[in-house]
Amino acid sequence: MLLRERLLEFVLPAAALILALFFWEFVVWYEAIPPYVLPSPSLILKTLYLDWHTLYGSLLVTLRITFEALLTAIIGGVFLAMLFAQSRIVERAFFPFAVVMQVTPIVSIAPLLLVYLSTGTAVLVCAFLVAFFPILSNTALGLASADHNLIDLFDLYRASRWQQLLWLRLPSALPYFLGGLRIGGGLALIGAIVAEIAAGSAGQGAGLAYRIVESGFRLNIPRMFAALLLISVAGILIFLFFTALSHLLLRRWHDSARGKEA
Amino acid sequence: MTAETRPSAAASAPSGALVSLRGVSKVFANRVTALTGLNLDVREGEFLSLLGPSGCGKSTVLRLIARLTNPTEGSIEWRGGRPEIGFVFQEPTLMPWATVFSNVFLPLRFRGVSRREAKDRVEEALERVGLAKFGKAYPRELSGGMKMRVSIARALVLRPPLLLMDEPFAALDEITRIKLNDDLVQLKVSLGATIIFVTHSVFESVYLSTRIVVMAPRPGRIVAEIPVEAPLPRDEEFRLSGAYADKCRETSVALHRAMEGLSLA
Repeated sequence: MLLRERLLEFVLPAAALILALFFWEFVVWYEAIPPYVLPSPSLILKTLYLDWHTLYGSLLVTLRITFEALLTAIIGGVFLAMLFAQSRIVERAFFPFAVVMQVTPIVSIAPLLLVYLSTGTAVLVCAFLVAFFPILSNTALGLASADHNLIDLFDLYRASRWQQLLWLRLPSALPYFLGGLRIGGGLALIGAIVAEIAAGSAGQGAGLAYRIVESGFRLNIPRMFAALLLISVAGILIFLFFTALSHLLLRRWHDSARGKEA
Repeated sequence: MTAETRPSAAASAPSGALVSLRGVSKVFANRVTALTGLNLDVREGEFLSLLGPSGCGKSTVLRLIARLTNPTEGSIEWRGGRPEIGFVFQEPTLMPWATVFSNVFLPLRFRGVSRREAKDRVEEALERVGLAKFGKAYPRELSGGMKMRVSIARALVLRPPLLLMDEPFAALDEITRIKLNDDLVQLKVSLGATIIFVTHSVFESVYLSTRIVVMAPRPGRIVAEIPVEAPLPRDEEFRLSGAYADKCRETSVALHRAMEGLSLA
């Protein structure tokens, strides 16, 4: 039974993926599709290996922007959420701004930011803007959803606002914050890529998105695929990292991290 | 007309009364009247149960005494100042991210006691509720009854002379409930604290209390007062006695009368 479950959980999706890749490889070979239309998986891997130096440099650039943006979004989002939790007036006043920022598609703001700011800064701001909102709104929700009886208990013992925030509201908000972080992490990467694409050839030849645009111009489709592959892998790794972090922090007490055997 | 809850209002409560509610009314912001003209003396050392159907304002009485809410009218007078109060909610209300030890430690933490200094007192409180070995456990690893015991230990850790309990065992199964009732009687005897206990169970109130106050809803008010003379501690023998059955019947009749008033209204 357990073996069967494992088989379903890991072996099956892996087998499906490998089968799809073989099919792709076969079709490209059988139909003799030229690489500038559709490169085979083996060619993409080969390109990744041969161009590793260039692509790896670009990957680091993109990842750096992603994490800088995410860090800024965490600091800004958590700080603002804490401010919201302290004062309803501040929340009422500032929340519309946050919503406007959220609902305006980042692709449409990027060109404007590129006019106002240097390319590097514009890309960073774009990535920050998309990652900021989920962290802010999730943390604000978490801070507001502390157990009402526990709030009463804190009031009974005359706890200060500061103690209430530190010992009650922040721990209550942690699962929500981590949820926001998982979304925000992926979005920061997307924001960085989108902004770089918008910057296009104006970019100083840095990140992975720039490599994609550049390869497109040169009709170097295998390299385009290789860069795409790296972006996907980076996104998956970011997601897995925050999922693991979340599990590590919550496994002792939160129901979301509850094991099946419990 | 104003709420006088200052601890300095000394000696305004009659002798023997720890706290007196005088003409207390409570109207919520949504204009629901929870209580009207309530007069109640809580005597030092008694086990007082507030019994009534839901909506009769019995929980509001506890919240008023705990100063979690203020009366719209009337006053709450303490003899000799407002003491330390322990509160046990209907839910265990534990911090899920903290161990049992940290949860029980919380009130001491508010009083500026360090974790190391608090160790003995926290362990003593846990021992009183029979959870001496569970300090390192997390709330989710415990059963419903054990969580409630932790909640009681937390309420006891400051050794409050007054303990307020708001239907603490309502969500527990019958067997756990009987066990906790037995243990609460023992606790009451060993602590000597005054306890105000909110319940909607006739059997529970008779078993535990030295006095039962029956309340009726809409608007919340006191309709009957029933003393339970049998001495504490009580045990299974009392639960099976004729005196207990008689008292349950008497209380039950009073409660039904309180609810009939409701259906006529």
